[in-house]
Amino acid sequence: MDVLYFAWVRERIGLPKERIETSAATVTELVEELRAREERYAVAFEDLSALRVAVDQQLTDFDAALAGAREVAFFPPMTGG
Amino acid sequence: MRVVVQEAPFDFGAECDRFAAGRRDMGAVVTFTGVVRGDGDLATMEIEHYPGMTEKALTAIAEEAQARWSLGDVLVIHRHGPMRPGERIMMVATTAPHRRDAFEAAEYLMDYLKSRAPFWKKERAKDGDKWVAATEADEQALTRW
Repeated sequence: MDVLYFAWVRERIGLPKERIETSAATVTELVEELRAREERYAVAFEDLSALRVAVDQQLTDFDAALAGAREVAFFPPMTGG
Repeated sequence: MRVVVQEAPFDFGAECDRFAAGRRDMGAVVTFTGVVRGDGDLATMEIEHYPGMTEKALTAIAEEAQARWSLGDVLVIHRHGPMRPGERIMMVATTAPHRRDAFEAAEYLMDYLKSRAPFWKKERAKDGDKWVAATEADEQALTRW
């Protein structure tokens, strides 16, 4: 699936988008996989309360299932307007 | 309903004129525009967004406003990219037979697109760059709807 990062999450991880082969069943499991990869991921995902997640461009929760998902995005709380 | 996400500036006057024109059954037109406030030594405000999701999120918010209030039409324009102090970032406009619906729907649109549409603001100043943090007040504003 495609994993996208925005704002300071993108800056901390150092890329806007990557394709990841994963068998993670939920967003939390995906986060655990990413955290275990490298320090920059561990730093970006240190505090999940500071992050929001969208699955297939819909805001959701970290316990959301990933079955069939094509795109997961991680970002800080939004500041539009 | 019209939702526009673009980098280019928009003509606020022309958009308001076009939006307000041609309806005889709408007694109220409410418009709001957000402007980059030049606090301190702010040089530019850079707005990042999530192409694809942004349009979907704004459309869903506008559709919800239309479902909740008796409206004629809704317009949302939101820019992304770099902007200088004084530039217009975004606008919303609503028409309704009566002003209360038009005002409330415009406020609802603003409250929701502030914290539920995927935009992120970065302030660039002489002494460095800083991501604008979402506030508790922004989140709290959603609870009244």
